[in-house]
Order: sequence, then C-alpha cells, then structure tokens
Amino acid sequence: MNVLPQLDLTPMWISLKTAGTATLITFAVGITAARWMAFTHFKGKELLDGILLMPMVLPPTVVGFVLLLIFGKNGPVGQILLKLGTTVIFSWPATVIAATAVALPLMYKTARAAFEQVNTDILDAARTLGATEMRVFWQVTVPLSWPGILAGTILSFARALGEFGATLMLAGSIPGKTQTIPVAIFFAVEGGDMAKAFIWVLIIILISLAMVLALNYWSKFQHDYLARSRR
Amino acid sequence: MALHVDITKEHPQFTLKVSFSAENQPLGILGASGSGKSMTLRCIAGLDTPSRGLIALNNRVLFDSEKGINLPARERNMGFLFQNYALFPHMTVLQNICFGLNGIAKAEQFRKAKEKIKMARLEGLEDRYPDQLSGGQQQRVALARALVLEPAALLLDEPFSALDNHLRNQMEKELMEVLAEYKGTTLFVTHNLEESYRVCRNLIILDQGTKIACGGKDEIFKKPPTYTAAQLTGCKNLSRARAVSPDTVAALDWNCTLKVAQSMPEHLTHIGIRAHHLTFVKDSDLLNTIPCWIAQTNESPHHISLYLSLNSPPKNSHSYHLQVEVYKEKWELIKDCPFPWHVYLNPERLFLTGRQ
Repeated sequence: MNVLPQLDLTPMWISLKTAGTATLITFAVGITAARWMAFTHFKGKELLDGILLMPMVLPPTVVGFVLLLIFGKNGPVGQILLKLGTTVIFSWPATVIAATAVALPLMYKTARAAFEQVNTDILDAARTLGATEMRVFWQVTVPLSWPGILAGTILSFARALGEFGATLMLAGSIPGKTQTIPVAIFFAVEGGDMAKAFIWVLIIILISLAMVLALNYWSKFQHDYLARSRR
Repeated sequence: MALHVDITKEHPQFTLKVSFSAENQPLGILGASGSGKSMTLRCIAGLDTPSRGLIALNNRVLFDSEKGINLPARERNMGFLFQNYALFPHMTVLQNICFGLNGIAKAEQFRKAKEKIKMARLEGLEDRYPDQLSGGQQQRVALARALVLEPAALLLDEPFSALDNHLRNQMEKELMEVLAEYKGTTLFVTHNLEESYRVCRNLIILDQGTKIACGGKDEIFKKPPTYTAAQLTGCKNLSRARAVSPDTVAALDWNCTLKVAQSMPEHLTHIGIRAHHLTFVKDSDLLNTIPCWIAQTNESPHHISLYLSLNSPPKNSHSYHLQVEVYKEKWELIKDCPFPWHVYLNPERLFLTGRQ
C-alpha cells in the first residue's frame, strides 16, 4: 500500500471546486426558476417544466452530447466564445457546465415544491400588510421554504460531485485540469490501477455518506420545522 | 368613511355580481359556502381581481376596470383577517405585529406595537411563536397585526370558524369591543347567521354569487325578501303561497288560508314563519289557528323541535307541515294534552317573500 504518498490529489480538489461552483450557480438559477414557475402562470409552463427536468431523466451522455452541440465550436454559445477568442470545451469551466446541467433539476424541483407548499394565506397576509412581492418572497416564502431549499442544495452538490458522463464528453479527462474523481476512477480501472481506483472510491463514498447523513439529519429537523409552520 | 363596491367576477362555477356601500357600521356578508362571500372580500383586498367593476374606499379608487386602475393589495391599506389566522410561523408575536411597520423608526414601531399588544391583551406573549399560542390568542395577534397599520377598512373572513364554541363567543365579544373603537369600515364574512346578527348592524346575503338581500339586520330577519334569503336566515317553515285577497294568502303546502299583516309583495312566491314564533292555543276559533298533530319530535339540550301535521293526523313520521320550537319546560306542561292541538300563526309574525 505505497500508493498513498504518490497519489495525486488534484482530482479531489477539482471535484470539490467543480461541485461547489456548480452548486452556487444551481442555487441562484434554481431558486429563480422555481420562484418563477411556482408563482406565475403562462402558456407552455408545463413544457418548460419538462425541459427543466430533462437533465434529471436523460442519460448523462445525452446531456453531454446536447451540451457539446451548444458549447462546441459550431454551437451557438461556442461561436460567440470563439469570437471572444476563447473556448470552454476541454477546460475546467466545462466540468462546471456539465455538473450544473445535471444538478439544476434537483434544485429547481425541490425548491419549487417547497415554495408551493407554503400556505398562500400567509403570503396574502403579508401582501395586505403592505409588503412588496420581493419582500414577500425573501422574508416569508424563502424562510418558510428553507428546509426544502437546503435539501435541494445538498442533493445538487452530491449530484454535481458524482457527475461522470456529461463531464467526460464536454471536459474530457485532462489530469490536473478537468479530471474529477469519478473520471479518475474510470481511467484508473481502465489502466488496471485498482489500488488507486479503490482509494478514490473510498474517498467519494465517505464524502457521499457525509452528505446523505447531513440530509437525513436535516430531514428530521425539516419535519419539526414544517410541523410548526403548517399549524 | 365609506366603501363602495360594484364588481363582477367570472368564475367557473358561477358569476359573482355584487354591489353595496358600507359606512362605519359593521356590514355582514352572509352566505353558504361557495356563495362568493370570501371571493368578494378577496377582490376588495386586492388578492383577487374582479372581471370588471369599481371599488372605492373613502373616495380613493382602488379598482376601476374602465380606467384600468387596479392597486395591488399592499397599497390598499386594508386589514385582512383569515380563517386560519395566517400568522408568520417563523416570527415571534412582536415580529408578526411589526411586519407591516417596516420603513419607520424601530422605536416608533415598538411604541405602536406595544399599544396594540395591550389592546389585544397579549402582554407577556411578545416573544412567543404562533405555535405556542392558543387559537384565540393567534387570532388576537392577527387582529393586532392588522390594526397596527390603522387600516381604512377591516375585512374579516370567517375569523372565528377555526375556534370552538366557547372561545368563539369570547372572541366575538372582544372583537365587538375592538370594532366599537375602530374608525374604519368593517366587513364581516360568515356563514353563521347568529354570529352575523350579533356582530353586524347591516347585512348582505349572497347566494350563488348574487346579492339576494341587503339592509338592516332586524328587517332582514323579520321579513326576508326572498325564499333563499328566508332559508339562509334559518327559517324552517316556508310554503308556496297565492294571494286570495289583499290580506289573505293561501298557503299551498300547508293546505290552509291565512290572514297576513304584511302588504302583498309584487310577485308573491312563499309565506313563512320562524319555528320559535309559533304558539299553541286552547281556543280553536281564533284567527289563523289550525288543528295539528305531532308527527315527530327532536330533542336539543334546551329546547325540543316538534314536527306538526296540519288538519289531519300524520300518515307517517315524515309527513309534517310545520316545525315548532318550544323550551323543555313548556314541553313538559303540554305534552300530555290530547290531540288535536291548535297552532297559532300570528299574522304579525308571518312574512311573505317575492321574486326579485
């Protein structure tokens, strides 16, 4: 077992950095989308909801393929980036884009469900007390949805951390640059380095277990909290 | 101080169409569930948008479909009390009451809040959360929270329906004390006719989104203008009616002809009398006195409901014409008398309903 000292830890840092950044973006975009979808009515809402949830049900390779079409050299975003003299494919931002795409539906779905379960009379009460829609959202809806929002954040982080297929297609596996833990495991196994793969597997199991425990602990708290807010 | 409402709202089940004015006296809106009474209140508060019409409060237009005016709820300056209190569960009593006061100095907020806390008798509960309060206390917080903004109108949407009977009566008394001090317009929505009678001076009765009666409460209870209004005000005895002479009516469902005191309405439909206005008499020759037999009885804690068959003994317990309510003491005195008894329908108590 003399692999440990030689183990290059960069995949872990890349993974944490990628998952962290993706979670931040997911948090902002997911909550905005959830608020919009929960409180406005428009034509084609169901379709948009379906599109937002697609990355959750599609195989990650399909997500990766679609992202390649969008961000690739001939894609709409890729073209713009090319004009600005840059490209994202096979760079670190690509890992973030892939992780964000697969994690977003989880954040959006849980936040929306949390917003929709808030008693509308309470929101209406805030309105009759002179609160602007912004204030109603930030001081009433969000605090009352807080458990759901946090659960969504933890799930998003876990999903972003575990992303493999879309990341490999969009960002490849460049050690020290785009190689995340799941990708490192795949290439270690493929290269016959089972010991290295084993250590990465252990690390990711530990991180995931910690996340699941945090989530469980949180669900218990959420249960008590919601019992209060529903009364 | 006056509230003027004249609105129409299309709804999948029915069309709500109401118009009324309310001044300083509390106005009760009475109706069965689904009659549109809550929706009326929500439209006035700006929580729902009418299809067309006009809402004005103290000469300020809040909604005018023709001019395209529709102030949001936050700018209407109306207090709204919900059935389930709708307190902010994540805020303390004090924070709940101060919620609407943001934008003014903290010291001033506390001063105003303290005043209402005293009024609502919530002293000592400032730091509690809503789930640590009883239902009555929660509703008092909601009242304090609304009144601290000195709203121009107070809209109460079945505020006591979640409370049990005992608390309900107590809250009702407290509310009436508060309303006596309150300077604005009060609208009180309820499906409980006794509650509406006690709290309000004027009443509106809604049925399927349409106003079927409005006016002083005594007038409405004494002479409900339509059949539905009579039913909604709790009248148990109603019969189809036809005019025989200017002061005589044939009660078709009761198989009798009755003298009435009230002048004939334009399109007479029914004649009615309340169950507690019927009396039993010994003298069978009296005006509006009809021989009767008991078809069925039904006991309540303090009184007993008698179901009477008129003019002939009942064929079965379901064939009855009139429902009479008598106190138990009275019942003990009369129950052993031989049949037929004689029931007296006082012309002063009989009322006639017409078609609108």
